[in-house]
Amino acid sequence: MSKYDVKDIGGYEWIYSEKVQEHFYNPKNVMTDDLKEKDFDAVGEVGSPACGDLMKIWIKVDPKTKKITDLRWKTFGCASAIASTSVLSEMAIGKTINQAYKITPLQITKKLGGLPKRKIHCSVLGDQALRAAIDNYNKKILSAA
Amino acid sequence: MTKDFVYFDHAATTPTDKRVLKKMLPYFDADFANPSSLYLPALKAKKAVDGSRAQIAKFLNCKPSEIIFTAGGTESDNLAVLGTARSLKLKGERVKGHIITTQIEHPAVLNACRQLKKENFDVTYLPVDRDGIVKLDGLKKALRKDTVLVSIMYANNEIGTIQPIAEISKILAKRKILFHSDACQAAGYLPMDAKKLGVDLLTINGSKIYGPKGIGVLYIKKGVEIEPITFGGGQENGLRSGTENVPAIVGLAAAISLLRGKGKGESEKKLRDYIIQELLKIPNSKLNGHRTKRLPNNINISFEGVEGESLVLYLDKEKIYTSTGSACSSTSLDPSHVIMAITNDAERAHSSLRVTLGRSTTKKDADKLISATKKYVKKLREMSAVK
Ligand code: FES
Repeated sequence: MSKYDVKDIGGYEWIYSEKVQEHFYNPKNVMTDDLKEKDFDAVGEVGSPACGDLMKIWIKVDPKTKKITDLRWKTFGCASAIASTSVLSEMAIGKTINQAYKITPLQITKKLGGLPKRKIHCSVLGDQALRAAIDNYNKKILSAA
Repeated sequence: MTKDFVYFDHAATTPTDKRVLKKMLPYFDADFANPSSLYLPALKAKKAVDGSRAQIAKFLNCKPSEIIFTAGGTESDNLAVLGTARSLKLKGERVKGHIITTQIEHPAVLNACRQLKKENFDVTYLPVDRDGIVKLDGLKKALRKDTVLVSIMYANNEIGTIQPIAEISKILAKRKILFHSDACQAAGYLPMDAKKLGVDLLTINGSKIYGPKGIGVLYIKKGVEIEPITFGGGQENGLRSGTENVPAIVGLAAAISLLRGKGKGESEKKLRDYIIQELLKIPNSKLNGHRTKRLPNNINISFEGVEGESLVLYLDKEKIYTSTGSACSSTSLDPSHVIMAITNDAERAHSSLRVTLGRSTTKKDADKLISATKKYVKKLREMSAVK
């Protein structure tokens, strides 16, 4: 284990695991300007009551297999929010929407090698935004049917 | 030693000046004695404390007997606020007692006031204007018959704004209200003549002026009645019991003697103005706090849509050390109370970056900061959910 691997370092510090740093410095699957929002099937957005952050997730779903073929995100959040959502995007792509819906913040933080206690809510943010996007997708399918 | 990092967090703390450190060292071992003891080495320690006190008194233009050594800025603030208020209450002069402070004080004053609230005092937290300066009419209106103490900082630690201390003391002088000011951030840059400032109590500490940490001073004007908040052997006139921290006291005096020779932050001011000018070229960026009525070393800018903690950590990767008022970076997940007080805009606090310069900051450091900030603001905006 690296010296940065601190599961719960309590209150103040922001010392992050190497995994967090990796995803923070090089976040995966960020929504970029060259991608068109309308090319995605659904979007989910949540705000964090804890710190006032914002998270947005777009998904593309294969209508037959119901697998998430692409997931993109944007946030006005901290390093933990960025790293959590980056990891979440890797976990969700390739899963069916039902499988992806079951991903928990705990699974995300585990993948990251732990987060400081007061930063746990940041991993919840991405998770909720994904669920909102999936709900949004299901609603769209229903109303189209 | 060449430094491989750029330190832009001097408002958090300064490095101890090597010359200061050198003066301190003998008092850890060779001259370690307790100044209260009777043998010869103790006398040497006592002399060092007395000499330091005299030197600091000269700096503040007061008498050595008006200076109390404490364990730092927080303790000095606590002693000033709690000690004076409680002393008045003990005398039974006023049943309730009213205290005025500002919404942008350091937590050492704010939380001492919260404690007094529990002890049945009334507290008014004065708002500041959008520039972060206390409004004098607001102060006048807040004054009550039972107001016993006003505590207003000299310069703010987050946005660097400078309060009109001498004008405030003029307003208060006629009314026999005690006036305390936290001058920890100001001490390195602004005039520190206690008489001209007209304060009754003044806090300074070592860790912001290239002195050691863990040492503070409280100036208490002769005649001001104050109760201790620590109890023990009765050192420091009974106001601060505990064996004197001789090396730190010597170090604080040494740090102060180095301040007096300096050109009062001229080089910082030039670099500050340069950095502000360059960083404000980034679209949708705003300076927090007054443009000129601020410390020569303070820059605080919000970049719309850019979460501050992320920016600080990206800069950290480049070994550029800064800080932020973002909720994400605070223990409580609350946005900076200072930026909230001037803007009432949590997003503005969320996206703030504080850069505080020091005497060793160079133009090269400034350029490094500017180009890295531009780069990472752009990067974070690309992934930002607010636009
Ligand atoms: S997103 Fe605000 S603390 Fe993590």
